[in-house]
Amino acid sequence: MYEWLGTGDHKKIGLMYIVYALLFLVVMGVEAVLMRIQLTHANATFLSPELFNRLFTLHGTTGVFFVAMPILFGFGNYLVPLMIGARDMAYPRLNAFGFWMTAFGGLLLYASFFAGDSVAQAGIAPDVGWFAYAPLTATAFSPGHSTDYWNLSLLLAGVGSISGGANFVATILSMRCPGMTLGRMPLLAWMNLVMGGLVLVTISPLTAAQLMLMGDRYLGAHFFDTQAGGSVVMWMHFFWIFGHPEVYVLIIPCFAFISEIIPVFSRKAIFGYPAMVAATTSIGFVSLGVWAHHMFTVGMPSYGNAFFVLTTMVVAVPTGIKIFNWLATIWGGRIRFRTPMLFALGFLFQFLIGGLTGIMLATAPFDWQLGNSYFVVAHFHYVIVGGILFSIFAAFYYWFPKMTGRMLNETLGKWHFWILLIGFHLTFDSLHIPGLLGMPRRVYTYEAGRGWESWNMIASIGVIFQGVAVLIFVYNMIQSYVKGTPAGNDPWDAWTLEWATTSPPPEYNFATVPTVHSRRPLWDIKHPDDPDSKYE
Amino acid sequence: MSATGLNMTASTWQLPSRGKVGMICLIIAESAIFTIFVAAYVFYIGKSLNGPTPREVLRVPIVGTICLLSSSLTMHWAIARLRQGQMAAFRICWFLTLLLGAIFIGGTTLEWRHLIYQDGFTIQTNLFGTTYYSLVGLHASHVIVGLIGLTIVMILTLLGKVKREHSERCEVFSLYWHFVDAVWVVVFTTVYIVGR
Repeated sequence: MYEWLGTGDHKKIGLMYIVYALLFLVVMGVEAVLMRIQLTHANATFLSPELFNRLFTLHGTTGVFFVAMPILFGFGNYLVPLMIGARDMAYPRLNAFGFWMTAFGGLLLYASFFAGDSVAQAGIAPDVGWFAYAPLTATAFSPGHSTDYWNLSLLLAGVGSISGGANFVATILSMRCPGMTLGRMPLLAWMNLVMGGLVLVTISPLTAAQLMLMGDRYLGAHFFDTQAGGSVVMWMHFFWIFGHPEVYVLIIPCFAFISEIIPVFSRKAIFGYPAMVAATTSIGFVSLGVWAHHMFTVGMPSYGNAFFVLTTMVVAVPTGIKIFNWLATIWGGRIRFRTPMLFALGFLFQFLIGGLTGIMLATAPFDWQLGNSYFVVAHFHYVIVGGILFSIFAAFYYWFPKMTGRMLNETLGKWHFWILLIGFHLTFDSLHIPGLLGMPRRVYTYEAGRGWESWNMIASIGVIFQGVAVLIFVYNMIQSYVKGTPAGNDPWDAWTLEWATTSPPPEYNFATVPTVHSRRPLWDIKHPDDPDSKYE
Repeated sequence: MSATGLNMTASTWQLPSRGKVGMICLIIAESAIFTIFVAAYVFYIGKSLNGPTPREVLRVPIVGTICLLSSSLTMHWAIARLRQGQMAAFRICWFLTLLLGAIFIGGTTLEWRHLIYQDGFTIQTNLFGTTYYSLVGLHASHVIVGLIGLTIVMILTLLGKVKREHSERCEVFSLYWHFVDAVWVVVFTTVYIVGR
């Protein structure tokens, strides 16, 4: 037990992050199911309005902070040191600290269920939405401690994330094995470097704003208090200065998975490595200047609107470059349609659509019509489920053999993929339509006869498919962990360093510190007659 | 590129120190936090609905500012002496840094005591109070953290535990101290020049 609780080993911490996030994935999934049951038909009474508010708040907060971030930090923790030939992260103890802060943050958030009246009505779980707009969070409108649970749990988790981000940057800049120049790093390391840097400058503004909110709630300060001349719009700015780059904190590690998986399953080196690095870095920088596209409906001067429309459109350019590079990698390759590749292709298609609806919403006049509607919900779930979750599943099927020494079952994997794909499209394709027809998000029910019912019913049916798919995945993991086919060191015939060691790797990762001569060190070893290093 | 890459051996392989990279990361994250507080301060200048105004109650902390800024210089000397192994000079410079930082915090304490007890001006009074105490307090808390670090090293120095080979660690710590000083330049400009 202590071996795990007291560990500073990056692989153990990575696995703890992943398991922790999977538990919360189930929790947030249950919350989604409850909300979708309530929304199947008009004037439903399955959930009370109060409980519905608590559920969507926790669903969003959990999804971003206690599912997506930890799972990506987990994979990053596990893979980055292995892929750059390091013994561990730069700061093993800080790494453990970061994990436990995040872990206790999540537990604190859910402790709110057991505070106050009862568990069935969700205790005093926060009910202010995941972005907790002022003045809803002021003591006048949110008496008691429900908002404090939101605030304090995210403060804790935020400190953990910032320390994790610093650890990624320090590891990648200071711990690479001999020969691993920046230009030879696997793209996964590059993208986690950008992600780590983004974490430093995006989570901190949220921490600052939450300190201000604490001041307002506990010390009688007036940051977001309109009675004293304060501005509630300032909270929106501060939150989205965090909130939008946060989306890139989540998607960039997913780009990293895809950039490792697509070449291996297309049997080609990644197309346009320098362009991928440049595109990732520029996404990182530009994403810092787009936040107010979440605020078009609040009202801004026209030059403000124009600025944020333009910057948002500009982000699409490097993102498009990436899509083309992945396509060009696949083009002419000997494609192996194994489960990781299927999920990667699902990602490509769905992320593209999600990006396109994002460009639609980035147009201010369009957003004035559809801001805060189900169209927005459909858009960001397309990115988060269709993009992030699909690429996380791709990563599971790809690296599970390295982490456990056993392959995931391929047949179950294909069932998982296709059922999830069907469920995903049933739910989130449908939800665009009631959005276009004017259905606002975060309503606990709606009137009949607006043309929203059948679409909502289809969306809820899709959730059944998604639930079944996730159950297949859980079963597959347990079954394969116990009696899956042994994987061997390098089951995919891949080229990066993590496949050079045993599966699972020993505590010290590599018996001798590897020396690297090209971007694909294992290719060099397997093909001594024609190594990559000849062409660099 | 390829020739040097193939001939590279472990002995010639040099990467930045993880201590410095980590501290720079911390500084970047802290800068983002301070940026938000400074933005709030600037946005709320002149927006308080009631008094007092900054001009009525704020006195410019000239002595404290001079002390804090000079402490960067003594810190720089301390690190330079430690690198050369001149322990007596290092001890004096380190102690001076600690002393100057303590004088700064003492000044802030007196300033706040005057504001709270003489002027009745608190974080609840108005927007100015809210932003003033939070921004100056955030900085002061960083100075206090720095003073704790300085004190720990001072005690270890007096016990003879700090040696020349620790100069890298002390240098990493000095980056934090220089950062806290640099932030004061921004806070001072915002609060006592622009905001007054």
